[in-house]
Formats: sequence, structure tokens, C-alpha cells
Amino acid sequence: MSSTTEVTIGGLVGTRWKPALSVEMTDGIAVITFDLPNESVNKLSRAVKDEFVALVARLERDTTVQGAVLISGKPDVWIAGADIEEFLQLKTAADAERLSRDGQMLLDSIERMRIPIVAAIHGACLGGGLETALACRYRIATDHPKTILGLPEVQLGLIPGAGGTQRLPRRVGLTQALDLILTGKHVRAQKAVKIGLVDELVHPSILRSVAIARAREVAEGRRKSERGGGGLKGFVLEGNPAGRALVLRKAREQTLAKSRGHYPALIAAIEAVAAGYDRGTAHGFREESRLFGEMAMTDVSRQLIFLFFATNELKKDPGVEPAHYPNLPVSAFEPLPVEKLAIIGAGFMGAGIASIAVQHGSLVRLKDADHARVAKGYAAVRDVLKERLTRKQITRVQYSDYMALLGGTVDYTGFGNVDLVIEAVFEDLAIKHQVLRETEAVISPTAIFASNTSTIPIAQIAQASSRPERVLGMHFFSPVHKMPLLEVITTAETHPQVTATAVTYGKKLGKTVIVVNDGPGFYVNRILSPYLNEAAILLDQGVAVDLIDKAIVDFGFPVGPITLVDEVGLDVATKAGKIMADAFPERMQPAKSIQAVVAAGRYGRKSKKGFYTYDKEGKKGDVDPSVYGLFLAPGSIPVAPSIVTEHASEPAGPPEMSSVQIQQRTVLAMLNEAVRCLADGIIRSPRDGDVGAVFGIGFPPFRGGPFRYMDTLGIQIVVQRLEDLNARFPGRFEPADMLLEMARRRQSFYSDERS
Amino acid sequence: MATYGDGRRVAIVAGVRTPFAKAGTALKSISAIDLGKLCVAELLQRTNLDGKEVQGLVFGTVIPSVLAPNIAREVSLMPQLPKGVQAYTVSRACASANQAITDAADQIALGHLDVAIAGGSESLSNIPILHSPRFAETLLLASKAKSLPARLRIFGRVRPKDLVPIAPAIAEPSTGETMGQSAEKMAKLNSISREEQDHFALRSHRLAAAGTADGRLTAEIMPVYIPPKFESVLTSDNGIREDTSYEQLAALKPVFDRKYGSVTAGNSSPLTDGSAAVLLMNEEKAKALGYPTLGIIRSYAYAALDPGEQLLQAPVLAAPVALRRAGLALKDMDLVEMHEAFAAQVLSNLQGFESQYWAQRAGFSQPVGEVDRAKLNVMGGSIAIGHPFGATGARIMTTLLNELRRRGGQFGLMTVCAAGGMGFAMVVERTQ
Repeated sequence: MSSTTEVTIGGLVGTRWKPALSVEMTDGIAVITFDLPNESVNKLSRAVKDEFVALVARLERDTTVQGAVLISGKPDVWIAGADIEEFLQLKTAADAERLSRDGQMLLDSIERMRIPIVAAIHGACLGGGLETALACRYRIATDHPKTILGLPEVQLGLIPGAGGTQRLPRRVGLTQALDLILTGKHVRAQKAVKIGLVDELVHPSILRSVAIARAREVAEGRRKSERGGGGLKGFVLEGNPAGRALVLRKAREQTLAKSRGHYPALIAAIEAVAAGYDRGTAHGFREESRLFGEMAMTDVSRQLIFLFFATNELKKDPGVEPAHYPNLPVSAFEPLPVEKLAIIGAGFMGAGIASIAVQHGSLVRLKDADHARVAKGYAAVRDVLKERLTRKQITRVQYSDYMALLGGTVDYTGFGNVDLVIEAVFEDLAIKHQVLRETEAVISPTAIFASNTSTIPIAQIAQASSRPERVLGMHFFSPVHKMPLLEVITTAETHPQVTATAVTYGKKLGKTVIVVNDGPGFYVNRILSPYLNEAAILLDQGVAVDLIDKAIVDFGFPVGPITLVDEVGLDVATKAGKIMADAFPERMQPAKSIQAVVAAGRYGRKSKKGFYTYDKEGKKGDVDPSVYGLFLAPGSIPVAPSIVTEHASEPAGPPEMSSVQIQQRTVLAMLNEAVRCLADGIIRSPRDGDVGAVFGIGFPPFRGGPFRYMDTLGIQIVVQRLEDLNARFPGRFEPADMLLEMARRRQSFYSDERS
Repeated sequence: MATYGDGRRVAIVAGVRTPFAKAGTALKSISAIDLGKLCVAELLQRTNLDGKEVQGLVFGTVIPSVLAPNIAREVSLMPQLPKGVQAYTVSRACASANQAITDAADQIALGHLDVAIAGGSESLSNIPILHSPRFAETLLLASKAKSLPARLRIFGRVRPKDLVPIAPAIAEPSTGETMGQSAEKMAKLNSISREEQDHFALRSHRLAAAGTADGRLTAEIMPVYIPPKFESVLTSDNGIREDTSYEQLAALKPVFDRKYGSVTAGNSSPLTDGSAAVLLMNEEKAKALGYPTLGIIRSYAYAALDPGEQLLQAPVLAAPVALRRAGLALKDMDLVEMHEAFAAQVLSNLQGFESQYWAQRAGFSQPVGEVDRAKLNVMGGSIAIGHPFGATGARIMTTLLNELRRRGGQFGLMTVCAAGGMGFAMVVERTQ
């Protein structure tokens, strides 16, 4: 590195422009090293593409060059994909289509070069990276956990745009290619070689030398890349037009059923693949570009790209704003190391937290009141790890190492050197106070106490603390090893260093962390509460359980609200509901239906009896019709449209209850509450609110989150709809002041390029 | 005589053990290595010690796994310990954990280590079963055969009796005598009656049961959540019989000499699974890290005699040497912990302490003396608690130091007899 200060302006380095590609000749073989300056990963941008074009031309002219190797200069990334920032600058479908065509042309020229290029892959080889590798004449990957290959474009609402939809099926077979393209998942090196995606695996230390040798062999015609194709089954299914048509039809059907039409890129990807088979690859490439252009302009893609950037921003967000603490030195914001973690409460949440903590190398002390509960916690941790072992995501040695980091106890031994305590005991303030007092008596004065409560305000818990500045909330979501969100809840007293430590540790555990202010339900459960409540009021009014759930799933949530309540447990839901009703009595009064069902001892899945039926293994069945008798007037039948008029205080609904009405009532209640959270300072920004709802509740990602969705609808429309509902159900839908104000000023939550 | 260590006093900071379980019961699914890992991991957890401080790990085991003979290294390869930990395995029969502790202590006394973990582990539920020499030879020959017919020809030599597997016996390789036969012989040579033995066994169970009930014994036991399903947990030793009676013990048939014998399953220690470990530090290092210590090693000694004579009598030769090295006498001892392989052995050892003959054998003019029974194995011993060969020494050390602390005593003596005619004795001193 040069010692002069380098100033980066739009990817260009001040004083001296540095190329991303450098070439070193080794005995007739050109070793091309891709090392994007001032970036931690290699991305394909327009600038890089221009360099590639020039380089290809140069190598073509130079007759002393017999072959080439493309290798990365980054430690664990080959090519991570396209530069997504550039996608945001695309204004029209034609712009996007052109971007795709340019990429295709470059890779086409690489594929047709006089000399062969060997892709020497170590690290992430994704999206445009994998498309580049597919255009090379031969592929070698390292047998290393960091080496992953995939086409994740659909996760951003796009399709592969540089030939991926054409070259991948021809390399690995149609079924395999569709699986990779439609899920966006990545495969490890071992799997890649098995399906024929790469030609061979080597140890990282010999990647370069083997690649050089292979380049020469391929140039001399002594070696050729062999294609995968899926064996006999592959031939029967895919080796002929009829078989392919069947595979494609099945793919369309399954995709539509699964995505409910919310993700157009999935169908577009299938069409691009199909086009290449129907009318030849030249046509396929054109269709790919056209559909890429079309997808790049969809609202879905814009929302998914927004979420991608929002989560990336949160990865860099320290969670504290030093400017808010002018009297504190810089060192006061440095996160403290967390090496040993104590978890109190070995239930599902506690054990879930333990299961991810040990996988990130934390020593864990897991405490509960008796050994049987601790043993259950061990079993739960083991289940998570065992599943990863079975899926070969971890090795046997890792499995045993992770288990060795877990230590169970029924007393407070081993708490002396913990850096962080997370309590996940029963949601009862008195119990939490007792646990806090006992814990503070044994932990070091610098240790942090975090509560995993989902509803109790942290300040109330901290009342029992002798050092409330070291108390905060770390609200994980269930199941912890799968749910990506962590809400870090701070009180007025929480020290910024404590916040920074919790945020940093949460990120280390692989979570997307939003910092929220204290208050009943914090953010996620606060917006969830009126939504679930409204669903339950619909039940009170005689709307069928499955109709509500179906409407919400159609809207794009992963599960309906009634199913969710059954999953969470009605006991838990009503307990939380009471706290919320106490805090917001005017709009969160509990519905009759849930109260009646929980009073009948039906707690949902955990008691194998709730709104739905469950078999012995706890597998969910249909709606349990006997549930209606618990809260509807005798004899009334809850058919979809019927509205029971026994609520004197509430006017009868219309005779027809459409999906849209169900969606509006439940979702608008959530949107309105999200705005109140923003106005109350519970969340720092609409961005945090969107990320929190998508990753914490499963708010439809293609809608971007509550705030993005309101922007899409238009604030005035949101206010209008709320006012209409409020006229019918006074109190519950009173529009938030902030919304009214914004509607008046014709504002939106986001004003930047990405909205 | 000064304290052992030439100024670098070796302190014991803490000890932890798994519950001891009769072989084939609660801990049978856990290998000796995994028992050791559980124990060491819990020792680190309980002591709040950063694993990075640990420099050495010495473990004892008597029947090692053929596939992983250096159990200490396998135990040390856990993520909370640095990979640079020096880890090796020692074997001195039932005194293996003592050997591990004195090895680690020597390294600390020499100034080579400041912080070490020592102990041992044994799973008698998981002993290696061997093929007969003839069958083993056949397998080797077959693996070298060039063709299938040749291989089949070689297997043709195998006779049914060659297929009978061989389990390691607890017998002396030199004399062929089993440990039980040796105990039987000692009972006869030293005129130890069946009644005395059964009364001693009863005492062991009663005291161990009391120590378990009042939590003194369980304080040093970690809970073991039983893998792989974690549906159960073991929190205390499962061989202690608080309900046993003299009559029940007296009703048992002698095992090793059915006609004239007196050694029964009831007055012997059972085959046991378990692990125990202690944390040792240079006393100055312990201070620097802010650790209170349980005690220091004042002295130790090993001794041995002809295994064909009285196999388990060597503690009688080791104890006076350890006491002399400590500059102390039996009367200075506040507690005495004696490993109970067999009641007949303990009673023979105690008799030997009082004997002029054994004093002379040890090179002393006066006997060690009579051990005050009120100070002896006050929470029972191996007969009741169990005896995982490689781990027992660490259990006894922990129990002795913890109980010295509770009683406010100053000095403690521990002895362990071992196969091969070997014996061990150590004097510890409570600190602060």
C-alpha cells in the first residue's frame, strides 16, 4: 500500500487510479487477479466490466498467451455479485435491460475467447460471480467452508441477468438449475462438484498452481470440463422437450402456489429458462435481459433491495449515537467483550439463545430452577446443533465443541466471570425482580443484565436493580436460531456502552439488531398487539378462523394471526394482551374470543388444543369447529360472510366480509401503531420499523415493511381508510397524529432515491 | 522439613467431579474422554476461570481407549482451553489421579507451570474388548493376503474358541492374582474378620449417605445431564446405599473364596464410571488472580512392595515418608482420607500403621500410629461412593480439602493403594 492518503471518490482513488484487475504472466498463462480497490469484496460494476472488456481484447491480441486463470485477491470472496448500488440508478426497464445485455456480451466474449479461462474459485461466488464462472472454460473450487456458489438474484426480486438462466441449466441440468435459481440458495464446494457446477475441488494452498496447470491442459486440448446432467433420471426428465415441458410446468405451478403471485421474479426466471429451451439460447439470452429489465422496475424488487441495504446499514450501526452524550469520552461507546454468557431460564427461549451463543464461541452458563428444566434446555440446544450436524452445516468436532461450551446449573455458581446475563424466565415482574437481585449479588459490577421479556417495560424490571445503567432488554424472537431479529431495548438510564455491547454481541450472534426505546411491547409486540387483537375481534363478530388466516397469508404474511396465536400459546398471548390493554386501554381491549378459548384451557399447539386441531405429534390440522361454541351465540354458524350482531356497542359489519376488508382492518391497526411508535420515539427511524416488522413478525418483505407500505399506498389513503374504520369502530382506528400531519403536508416516510 | 515446592508453594484452588455411577448404569453412554471433558469444563465454569490461564492438563486413566490413548490431550481439546495446553496421560493404577496431581504439582514447583488442571477419568462401562491373539493374527494375515481365495483360506484356520472376546481383567499381570484374591489373602494374613469388614462397609455407606444428604458431598459433584437425549440427569453417586444394613451385608456370599473367604461385593468398591479434577496453581499466581485457595500440598510420597506379598499394603510404607517430609506426625492430622478398595485392605492398612513390623519395613523406628476413627473417611469412601480407577485420587483430594475447611482443621493425610503393590500418601495443609 502506498503511504499517501487515498481519497475515495465514487470508486476512483484520488491521485492515482487503481485497476481492479491485474495480470501476471506465468509461462504462457495469464493469471488475472481480481482485487477491487478500497472494498472488502469483489463486485461487478460498470467500471470493472470496462476493465474486463479491455483485458479480454488485450489477451486475445497477445499470441504469447495460451490460457488464463481468473482468481481473486480477496481473502474469502471470489466475486460476490453485481454492485447493487448501480441497480438503484436504473430509471427505466430499458436501462436495466441494457445493463444485462452488456453483462451478457462480456461473458459471451469470455466464453468465445481464443484462449481458455479457468475460474479458480475460493470464497463466495455469487450472482454475477457465478455467471462469470459459468462462462469460463473450466472451474476449480477450493474445498473450504467459505467457498459457496449460488444465484441469489430472486432474493432481490430480480433474475440472473448475465446468462445465468441459460448457462446454469446447461451445466447442471434443468431441475437442479431451477432449484438454485428459484430459491436463491447457495451450495458448498462439495455439493457444487457433485452437481457438476465446478469441475474439481482442491485445497486452497494449491488453487493457483492447479488452475495454471489446468489452463494449459485445456488450451492444449488435453482436458475438458465435463457437464453434469442428473444421470438417467436427468435424461428421462430433461433430455427431451416433453420432459422439460413437464418440469417447467410443475415449476410454474409450485412457484405460483408457494409465492401466491407476490414474487413475479420467480415466474420470470422460469420463463427465461424456458425461452432458451423453446427457441434457442440466443432467444433465451434476449428474454433474460428483457425480463431482468422488467423485474428491476417492479415495486417488489425495489422493496427487497431496500431491505437488503437497510440490513446492511444495521450491520454497521453501532446502536448508539455519541452526539447524544456530549459529556462522555469516546471510550464510553466502545462495546465490551462478551466471552461468557449466563442465561437464566432454560426454556425454549433461553435454550434457543444458548444454542446460537455456543455456535459463536461464547461460554454459556445455563441456569434454571431445577435439573429437569436444565436437562430440557440441553435437549433443545442439542436438537438445534444436531439438525445442523445432520445437514452437514457443522462437523462432529464442532458439535462436540459447542456442547462443551454449555454448562448447566441450578444455582449461581459460575456467574462470577460472566460478561452478560440474559434472563428468559416466566413473564412475571416479581419473579424477574427476584432474579435480577439474586444475579446482581453474584455477577461482577461491570456485567450487563439483559431481559428477554417480550412485554414488560425494562424500566419496571430495572427498578429492582442497584445499577440500572447496566440493565437493558434483549428481545429475541422464537425460534431463536431461525428468527433473524433482535430488539435491543434501552431505558433512559441504560449506559451507551451497555447498549453498544448488547448490539455488538447481537450482531456477533448473526442477528439484525434494532435499538428501540422502552415501552409496553417495545416495538415488535406493540405493533403486533392491535393486529392480533383486531383479528380476534373479527372472530367475535363471527368471521371464520380460516378465512382470517387465509386473507392474511394472501396478503403476504407467512402465517395468519389466529395460527400465530395458537403457535405462541394463548396463555402467553393473553398475558401479553393484558399488559398492552393496560397501557393502551382505548385501542387494545382484549377480544372476547381469545379470553373464552383460553378460559376453556385451550392454549394452542402446546396443549394440542386451540383454534386448530393438533395430532399427537403436535402437527396442525384444520380449524376445530368446537371452538366457535366458546364465544359465539348458541346456534350461530361462523361462515365466512356472517357477522354476528350481538355486540351492542359495535355496529354490524357488512354482510360480506371480503379478504380485503380483513386485511385492511388487521394490517391498518398495525400500520397505525407503527406510526405511533415512531412518533413516541420507540423506534429511531422508519427503516428500523420496517426491518423490525419484516424480520420480527414476517411483515411481507415484498411490501418493504409498514412504513414503506404506507408510502406505497400514500399517506392520505392510509388516513382515509383509518378514518373510515374509526367511524365504524370508534377508538380503535383513530389515526396517529403524525399521520394526520404528514397527510396534511403531503409527506412520505422515505424521501430518498430508494423509496 | 519445609513445605514441598522449595518456596513455590502449590495451591489447590478447587475440585469438581462427576457423580460416580456404577458401571453399566447412568453414565454408561459417556466415554471416559467425554466424562473428563464434562468435569474439566465444569471446573472452569465453577471457578470462573478464564480457560486461557490454564497451561497444563494431566489426567490419569487405568484402562485407556486403544483409539485415544492420551486421554488428557483429548480432554484438553475443548474450545475453552488454549490449544497450546500441555496435556499428557499418566497411569499408576488406582493412584493415577494422584500421579496426575503430583506431576502437575511438580511442574508448578519447578516453575514450569503456574496454572494446571489434574485429575482422571474412567469409564468401566466402555472398556476395550479384545480379540484372541489367534484371531487377531488371522485378521492381520488376511489383510495382507493378495487374493480372495487366499484370504478365505486364512480365515479357514479360525476355530470357534478363537472368536471368544477377551475383556481386560483386574488381575496382576505378574502374579495372575486378581485384586479380590489379593484382598482375600490380606484379610487372612492380617486376621481381618468378615464382621469387621462388613461393619466398615456399612460405615462407609452410612457416612457417604449422610454427606450426600447434608450436601457436603454433593457440593463437589456436578450434575451430569445425560447425552444424547438429555432426558435424565445424575446429581449424586448412585452406589451409596443409605438403606443398607449389617444384616444385608452379612448375608452376601464371598466372591473370591467361596469356602473360607470374607471379601464380598458388599465390602469391596464397585466397578464405577466417573471423572474428577482439581485446579492447581502456584500460590502466588492464585493470589495474583484473586483466588482463595483450599490448601497447599505439604508433602507426598510413593512406595511399593512385591505384588505377590500384600498387594494393597504399600500405603503403610508411603504414609510415614510423607509425614516425615511434611515434618508432621499422625497426631497433627485433623483428617485422614484413605482410599477404600476393599474393607479388608483399609483395615489391613490401619493395622499396618500401628505395627512395629511395618514401621521397620518402611525404615522407621516407630509406627505411624493409630488412626482416630472419628477423623477417618468422615464422608465414607470408595466402597460406598464408587471407584473409577483413574479418578479416585482427585475425588479424595477435593473431599479432604473441603472438609478440612468446613471443620477448620489444618492438616490432612490421604493414602491410596494401587495395583502392582504400590501406595501413595500426601499431606495437605489448609490455607488462610
